[in-house]
Amino acid sequence: MAHDNKEQVDAITGVTTTGHSWDDIQELNNPLPRWWLWTFYASIAWAIAYCIAYPAWPLVSSYTKGALGWQSREAVVADLDALKQQRSGMTTKLADASLEEIRRDPEMFAFARAQGKAAFGDNCAPCHGAGGAGAKGYPNLNDDDWLWGGSLVQIEHTIRHGARSTSDQGHSGTMPAFGRDGMLKREEISHAADYVRSLSGLSTDKGANLNAGAKVFADNCAACHGDKGQGNLDLGAPNLSDKIWLFGSDKATIVEGLMNGRGGVMPTWHGRLDDTTIKALTLYVHSLGGDQRP
Amino acid sequence: MAQAVSPSKGMTFGEMGSALAFAALALLSIIIAAKAYTPGYAFHAYLFAAASVAAVFTIVNRYYERPLEPPPLTIGGKPNYNMGPVKFATIASVFWGIAGFTIGLLIALQLAFPALNFDTAWLSFGRMRPLHTSAVIFAFGGNVLIASSFYVVQRTCRARMVGDIAPWFVVLGYNFFIVIAGTGYLLGITQGKEYAEPEWYADLFLTIVWVTYFLVFLGTVMRRKEPHIYVANWFYLAFILTIAVLHLGNNAAIPVSIFSPKSYIVWSGVQDALVQWWYGHNAVGFFLTAGFLAIMYYFIPKRAERPVYSYRLSIIHFWSLIFMYIWAGPHHLHYTALPDWAQTLGMVFSVMLWMPSWGGMINGLMTLSGAWDKLRTDPVLRLMVVSVAFYGMATFEGPLMSVKAVNSLSHYTDWTIGHVHAGALGWVAYISFGAIYCLVPWLWNKKELYSMKAVSWHFWISTLGIVLYISSMWVAGILQGLMWRAYTSLGFLEYSFIETVEAMNPFYVIRALGGAFFVAGSLIMAWNVWKTISVGEAVEEAPQAMQPVLVAAE
Repeated sequence: MAHDNKEQVDAITGVTTTGHSWDDIQELNNPLPRWWLWTFYASIAWAIAYCIAYPAWPLVSSYTKGALGWQSREAVVADLDALKQQRSGMTTKLADASLEEIRRDPEMFAFARAQGKAAFGDNCAPCHGAGGAGAKGYPNLNDDDWLWGGSLVQIEHTIRHGARSTSDQGHSGTMPAFGRDGMLKREEISHAADYVRSLSGLSTDKGANLNAGAKVFADNCAACHGDKGQGNLDLGAPNLSDKIWLFGSDKATIVEGLMNGRGGVMPTWHGRLDDTTIKALTLYVHSLGGDQRP
Repeated sequence: MAQAVSPSKGMTFGEMGSALAFAALALLSIIIAAKAYTPGYAFHAYLFAAASVAAVFTIVNRYYERPLEPPPLTIGGKPNYNMGPVKFATIASVFWGIAGFTIGLLIALQLAFPALNFDTAWLSFGRMRPLHTSAVIFAFGGNVLIASSFYVVQRTCRARMVGDIAPWFVVLGYNFFIVIAGTGYLLGITQGKEYAEPEWYADLFLTIVWVTYFLVFLGTVMRRKEPHIYVANWFYLAFILTIAVLHLGNNAAIPVSIFSPKSYIVWSGVQDALVQWWYGHNAVGFFLTAGFLAIMYYFIPKRAERPVYSYRLSIIHFWSLIFMYIWAGPHHLHYTALPDWAQTLGMVFSVMLWMPSWGGMINGLMTLSGAWDKLRTDPVLRLMVVSVAFYGMATFEGPLMSVKAVNSLSHYTDWTIGHVHAGALGWVAYISFGAIYCLVPWLWNKKELYSMKAVSWHFWISTLGIVLYISSMWVAGILQGLMWRAYTSLGFLEYSFIETVEAMNPFYVIRALGGAFFVAGSLIMAWNVWKTISVGEAVEEAPQAMQPVLVAAE
């Protein structure tokens, strides 16, 4: 009730109050803490100094540029240049050497793999996985099973131009939609799927008609996948006689492929990555599992 | 009774006006619902229609129930405070707090175990995240602010709140806005601006609610029986006024049609980014700082029964805080397309903001001088003092992170999330818990809370939760920042992005554990509040001023 504006003395601290009281809350007359005030002044002084040194205040059509002449655009360009400078010796060497030469030179090979690993993490990992282990529909790059060939030259071509991509030099073979487009009947597809599973020694449905399946296969599939389902690198037709399956080996998945076709896309990286980076990527990917299959 | 004795009883202007306005809104909503382009928008229009019809009924019903005269401003020389809306907002804050914390826990778990979105659009991180932020900031924090501001302004002005229907409109309208915003996120209705996700129609409605809030608050201050305005009210007023300005500026949008929920923001490109972070940072500054400092300025001296440490400090730090904060937004846009000069200004004002922020901490902590022993016995006071300590920590960390050199490491990392939660859990939530624990016995005329032991448990469990949360996010954020910038000796990035994501996993698990502790604490609070209201020991002779005797409030 002390709204008579009379100053009082707080018994505990001995400091006077302002004489205000709101709902019995009073205020002491303590001064500003010195350290607080001086730190506040110091931060203001620092702010002024910073504004003098760096771009700070807007003007009508420009802004104060700052005594140091620093600009973030120039700073980032300088950073990138420094990085390029650091790599430049090896980058030039890589640019001039062939893939095979780089592979045989330990220093160049180490550099290419380092660059390739970084580029792979930024560009390839979203589909192929951080370690190149792939995922359903995205090939595993660590094994020796290559859809479009695992030599240095073949890998480079695939990276550069992709598959079913926007590049007219990209790989273009596709698995047709035998079921959806009416080329095969449901029954035939079922037989074919059983037969395909038998090629790699997988169990087949009870009462599966493997002979009928073999006939469907010979008439429709062998042209691309080969007589024994061994695949064809030129067409990107997978080997069906091994244990490696891009989409899965269960019958339903195989039937789905036969029904609707398959055709995953690998983008073209030509023009998006520079030549040296593509070279480095080629060597890195090749080092994962290239060349091992005849 | 009233009807019998009062042939001359008539509707007040407020009753008539608001009933007509709600009737018109109901009609408009039904038309919009019928012609809406999307089912989600139609659903919202029906909600508006139902709420408006309910409002009309309530207003008319209330008119028939009430006595002839409006509630008196004073009874026996003491102010006849209007505490009904305060009670509602207090309970609402407990409810929304638990909802918001729980959704936060869900998304923390989703980050560690992505399968927890159960492959549904509704539970996806993108919808749950704004639901979490809006629920904790605007639903929980907002209700605490409305409840406490309506309480504090009446008590410190010794005046009954202005308005009859208006305070209820503020409280109920605000909570209705929250329902619209929240269900909108679930349905995928969003304008995609962080902390300002609700679409144009929700924004318009909130504007009306907020302006009413401002008028009620200001009117009550003007009705005061004290010669001066208490510092808490300066902070409340700054918060209410600035939020109105920010809301209007950042949500300036043109709807595609009145029948469509979609609108386009008038700002574009980097200007939009700047306006967005001018808004975003000042939502922190004026909603989460100024508003909650107001709570601190009332509840800490009240609970500690000590005078505020320094009147002079409160003036200086109030005005410097208000002046500095409004400039600091661009520090959210370091190293972006925002011009260098704007980045510099955002940064230097953030650094200058350090001491003005700490002024509040000093005033809060030093108010305890002579009453520190109470921390041993009063867990409610302990909650509030620890909250001020967290406030001090977060407002040191903030300026530090706004410095460009530090920001180049911390930006986009989980350090930011940790920083935000030091402020949100440690400061905002703790001072709110303190205020709720004070308010509930005061509002419901109880001697004390049902269980002080439960408050202690709440304090320790949630403190453990906060420590787990912040420390895991510091480590995660700094690790993340260092991994992003790590180069090999040959000059290539050491880690791919996905490797940095993988490295975060253990910290995300720890963070979720901390969040679970925090949720557990809030459940203890809800139980304690419930028990206090239902079976708490009543104050023997209720102070007359506290009783809203004549208000047909609830």
